[in-house]
Amino acid sequence: MSAFLRDYLIVILFALLACGVVGGFIGLGAIFRPNRPTAGKVQNYESGVDPVGDGWSQSQIRYYIFALLFVMFDVEAVFIFPWATQLETFGYFGLVEMVIFIFILALGLVYAWRKGVLRWV
Amino acid sequence: MMLAAIEFAYWQTTIFKLILALVVVLGAAGPSVYIYLFKMVSFMQSRLGPMEAGPYGSMQLLAEVGKSAQKEDIVPERADRFVFKAAPYVVLISTFLLALVVPFGPDAVFVDLDVGIFFALAVSSISVIGILMAGWASASKYSLLGGLRAAGQLIAYELPLVLAVVGVVIQAGSLNMQKIVDAQIQGEIFGQSVIGNPFILTQIIGFFIFMIAVQAELTQVPFDMPIAESELVSGYMTEYSGFRFLMFFIGEFATANIFAFMASVLFLGGWGVPQSLMDAIPGLATEIGVDGNIIYSNAFNVIGPIIMLAKMFALTFIIYWVRFTFPRFREDQLQKFAWKVLIPLALVNIAITGVLKVVF
Repeated sequence: MSAFLRDYLIVILFALLACGVVGGFIGLGAIFRPNRPTAGKVQNYESGVDPVGDGWSQSQIRYYIFALLFVMFDVEAVFIFPWATQLETFGYFGLVEMVIFIFILALGLVYAWRKGVLRWV
Repeated sequence: MMLAAIEFAYWQTTIFKLILALVVVLGAAGPSVYIYLFKMVSFMQSRLGPMEAGPYGSMQLLAEVGKSAQKEDIVPERADRFVFKAAPYVVLISTFLLALVVPFGPDAVFVDLDVGIFFALAVSSISVIGILMAGWASASKYSLLGGLRAAGQLIAYELPLVLAVVGVVIQAGSLNMQKIVDAQIQGEIFGQSVIGNPFILTQIIGFFIFMIAVQAELTQVPFDMPIAESELVSGYMTEYSGFRFLMFFIGEFATANIFAFMASVLFLGGWGVPQSLMDAIPGLATEIGVDGNIIYSNAFNVIGPIIMLAKMFALTFIIYWVRFTFPRFREDQLQKFAWKVLIPLALVNIAITGVLKVVF
């Protein structure tokens, strides 16, 4: 196995370790904890009264718009990182390119701002 | 020198690393919960805090774990059972993977990925999925609201977090965490290399943005809208009990520590001390390797973790100090602050850092 893949093997091992910790704790707890489920206990919590309607209700469209904005800027960040490591090589050319790139994306933010998307009413 | 002579097989070092990971993630969370969450907040509120379990209540956390162990494991009848149970796993996976790339010394690092900090930022957002899973699967109105708020907040503050790091990457010229530490040890400010170049001095804006974003990513007060206990009853954690709840709790505090570790690597010089200090103290001197690499003294594999721990406790102190001092932001204030203040500020910070880097 190449050293590169070996570096990423430990990523998987760490994820498995995390699962092991959670599973271990919960599995170990099974020895100590009581298990007497009653109808009242397994009801969903709603401040002590019986739950009304369905727990899965519709939610604000706002969250969706913010998620879209997030995708835009997150992709931007992916492009900025490689640029940031190589700035010394590119010099002024790279700098001007990136300022133009950030400016165009900032325009998007300004547009969303002007459209009132960022207002949380 | 004796130790260096022993060669370990891959599986041996890996098992050693996994044990150390438990120490770093779970072991460091214990003292910080005791010192800050139990004791510091108590003293700030003119009370003693836990005093019964062990000397000065130092065993309180074990008592809490014992308490959680005896709680019944309840899955709500209307919940999506599989997703409900899977959510704590996803949150802790994010925490453990975050710890993976933090360097504690020149060789004391789990894995020295070339994309280090980028990897860390990527896995830090996995926890959003876990939280959204928990909120959705509980089939409770409080949980759903909390989960959605958490997702909205975490993605909004993910951006300042990522963009604040770009300034550091520009200055260090690398995504590798070790190279970032290198740049701070070897660096100089205005031609003066006495204190190296801890990026907190040149990236002070980035540091503040990073710490604010970390506060929000951890859903700590004043950014605790998603888990607001007085209105949402802990939000996405409402339906969780016993050990499943404890997993979210551990995840939160362990992640706080690891973010503090990352902040100390990025802004406070990591495990290193300035090169001038290394030269002054015998035994810490650096050597130049055959291929021009800088080889730091082996002593830093021991001193480094101690330095990192000290910096981590200093930074987590700030996190909890803010947590116990400020009142909660409203949802609209919170989103406005991220999108209209932090993100533009972070973009300006990147532009200024880039210009200064190219010009000088």
